[in-house]
Order: sequence, then structure tokens, then C-alpha cells
Amino acid sequence: MSVAHLVKSFTLWEFVKAHALTLKYFFKPKVTINYPFEKNPISPRFRGEHALRRYPNGEERCIACKLCEAVCPAQAITIESEPREDGSRRTTRYDIDMTKCIYCGFCQEACPVDAIVEGPNFEYATETREELLYDKAKLLANGDKWERAIAANLEADAPYR
Amino acid sequence: MTEFFQSLGMTYEWAWFVATFAGILLIALPVMLAVAMVIYVDRKVWAAINLRRGPNVVGPFGLLQSFADALKVMLQETIIPSAANKGIFIIAPIVTFTVALAAWAVIPFSETAVLANINVGLLYILAISSLSVYGVVMAGWASNSKYPFFSAMRAAAQMISYEVSIGFILVCVVLWAGTFNLNDIVMAQKGHGFGIINGYFFNILLFPMWVVFFISSLAETQRVPFDLTEAESELVAGYQTEYSSMAFAMFWLGEYANILLMCMLNALLFFGGWLPPIDWAPLYYVPGIVWLLLKAFFFFFMFSWVMATVPRYRYDQLMRLGWKVFLPMSLIFVVVISGYLMATGHYGAAA
Repeated sequence: MSVAHLVKSFTLWEFVKAHALTLKYFFKPKVTINYPFEKNPISPRFRGEHALRRYPNGEERCIACKLCEAVCPAQAITIESEPREDGSRRTTRYDIDMTKCIYCGFCQEACPVDAIVEGPNFEYATETREELLYDKAKLLANGDKWERAIAANLEADAPYR
Repeated sequence: MTEFFQSLGMTYEWAWFVATFAGILLIALPVMLAVAMVIYVDRKVWAAINLRRGPNVVGPFGLLQSFADALKVMLQETIIPSAANKGIFIIAPIVTFTVALAAWAVIPFSETAVLANINVGLLYILAISSLSVYGVVMAGWASNSKYPFFSAMRAAAQMISYEVSIGFILVCVVLWAGTFNLNDIVMAQKGHGFGIINGYFFNILLFPMWVVFFISSLAETQRVPFDLTEAESELVAGYQTEYSSMAFAMFWLGEYANILLMCMLNALLFFGGWLPPIDWAPLYYVPGIVWLLLKAFFFFFMFSWVMATVPRYRYDQLMRLGWKVFLPMSLIFVVVISGYLMATGHYGAAA
């Protein structure tokens, strides 16, 4: 054991150095985002809560082609359809089981009319499991609520498609 | 205080009883409140060093976090494992908690504010802090589960090992002060360093002892880097594994009350207790208890600081440090200090 080593261990040199470092960190600005009050910016491609969109005239976009139902790897989507009085084909049922969904985004990729999209909302925790079984009304309501943000995101992402 | 209650028309015995009881409440309740706040400070300091924010939602700046935790814990169910030794299982946290509070009886908060100004205050503290291992050992044994049992064995070995060197360090302080009375020890430190600094901290012979005492008090209270009794990766939560609800909370309170006690002892024995840091008249206008609490808080900050900085010792390293470094070192210092005091004829300064 050298003299330098002895001096180092008896003056607790390594400990003093370590504590000086942690004291420096003590005064550094904090990196944690103060979540409910501050939020991270999210990408326009963010895949959050689903929504069914409408055309500006209020007509729903979905034409019940069932591509999303077919592509869904988690089989979370259930669609039933029949012709409406005016002869156009529309869904009578459009359910997404949000407890099954894996948020892969295949449904919005498959959709030929940009009807089903995953919006920017990720804060939809519920108290019961049943509330996460979304039906058509809920999805359309989401679409109405988030339309401006969704449209802006689609617009921002359009050049890359 | 006894005189005050006597003046209300009580007999001396009743007045003494009521006064002592009031004194106990006056110390125990603020200590429990301090424990709650200190847990919050602890979490904030770790968080700050980890570049996190720490609790900041409950109350302003998260100040009420500990009380929210206490409420949560009180509403939980106390689970007693069916294989546990029920009586001892229930008594163990009570023992830990009671013992942790009992030691506060002799702590002088200022020249006059001390519940029991006994001549052997330091011996009393040594005895009580040795008792605190019983709660842990009882919990480990009564849980009838292997991890708590391992933890209890470790705790017993660890506390005995470090108490030996703590004993010798206290001998050094007692030799220099010439008394076991905590108040007299504080008074003996007046103007000790260069005639103006209060405290044994700047004494070249006692400073190394303070370092050893500080590290031993980390070991004595089972704080990082000596928290082998609750090493999560090996022992789940150590002796607390089988405990829930208030029983668990009592262990927690007891642990932090012990930590606060050790901070107080650091302040009292080496940093001049309730004396201001510098022996300068204007500073004496600040009440002594403010100085004592400031010093104790500083040491508590050091406790959390250490906790956020160093990793845990291995068990053999812990034992090596206790028996092969601290014990010989403190023994040598007992000899050196008593030799110095004899040579200078300086012993019993306060006697």
C-alpha cells in the first residue's frame, strides 16, 4: 500500500469528490417535466386515442370498407354495415375495444378516406373497463372534439406521405 | 414547570407528574412532526440530486406529502401472517418506536429546556440506542420468514459492531469535556476553537473522531451506505417485509426519529449544540434551540446527501470497516487524547 493510497483512503478523498459532484447536481435545474401542468411536445404522427372524422359538411367519412377491421392485428375493431336510405353504404356499428388495441396505427394507414385516425389525445384513462369499449357514437364524438388538432397533424404530415 | 403546577394548588407529587407528562408531550409531538417534515426533506434532497423534482403536489411545494402518506397508511389493513408469532410481531414496531422516542428525554434543546438533566445523559443515550436493535430482531424473528430473519441477524451484528467504536468516540468527548452530562458537554465546548469557535469540530484531535462518529451514526441508523438490513435486491424490504399499515409506519417513524437523534448528537457532541457557532455576544440573542435545530438540520442534509451519493457496502466490507478500521482508530485516539490531556493537565475542563 503506497503512501498516496493511504493518504487518499484516510482523507476519504473519493467520498469527498463524489459528494462535491452530487452537490453540484443538487443545484442543477431539474429535468423532470411537471406532468399534469407541463407536457412534452408530441409528433404530428403521434398515435393516441382513436377518432372517426367527418367531412366539413357533417357527413361521416367512413364508407364501411372494413379495411381497418381486416388489417387490425389485435382484432380490436368490429364493423357492421348496410345501405342507408339514400343508397350510400355506411356503418351501423363501429366498435373499437381500446383494451385490445395496440396503437400500431395500421387502421389509419389502411383507411382510404382518412376516416379512422389516431389523434393526439393520450389522457383518456377510465375508472371501469367498460368505458374503454368505444362505440361509433363515442368515436364520432372524439372526431368532432379533436378535428382541428387532427386536421393540423394530417396537414403537417402530408408532405412525407 | 413543576412549580407552575404547584402554584395551581397541586401537591408536589401530582405537579411533578403533570409537569413531566407535559414535558414528554412537548418533546414527543414536535419530534413526530419533525419526523414527518424530515421525510419530506429527505425525498426532496434525493430527488434534487437525481435531477428530479420530488413530491410537489400535496400542499404547497408538496409539504403535506408525509401527512397524506400517514393518512393512507392508517386506512390500510394490518396484515399479520398466519405463521407469525403474533404477540412479538405486534410488539416489535412498538418497541422500535418507543425506544426511538425515549432517547429524546436527555437531549438539551437549550440551557434549561431538557426533560431529564441527568448526570449520565450520554450513557443513557448509549444504552437506549443499543436497545433499538431489539425491535428489529424481534420483528425479524416473529415474522417467521427468511428474509426478515436474515435482515434481523445483519442488523444485530451491524449495530453491535458500530456501537463499540461509537462508545470509544464518546469516551474521547467525555474525556475532553470531563462530564457525561450533555448540557455540561455543550458548555465545555464554548470557545473551544481558537477561543472564538464553539464546538469540538475544530479540535485537531477530535475532528477525526467526528468523522468516524458521523459514519458510525450512518451505520447505527442503518442508512445508506450501511442499509444492509433492508437491501432491496437481496432481502426484499428486510425486517419490514411482512409488515403493513401502521405497524410499518411505526418502524418508519422510529427509524427517522433515530436518524434525527443521531443528527442531534452530532450537533451536541461536536458542533456546540445550542451554542451559536461563533462565541460572539450578539449571536446569543438568537434562542439556543434555533442554533441546535439549524445544526441538526444541516446534519440531516448530510445524511440525505450521503444517501443520494454512495452505493451500499457489501457485508464483509461493512464488518471490515467497523472492526478493522474504526475500532483500532478510535482506540488509538482514546489513548492519544487521554495522553494529551494528562500531559497538558487540561482534563476535566468543565468539572
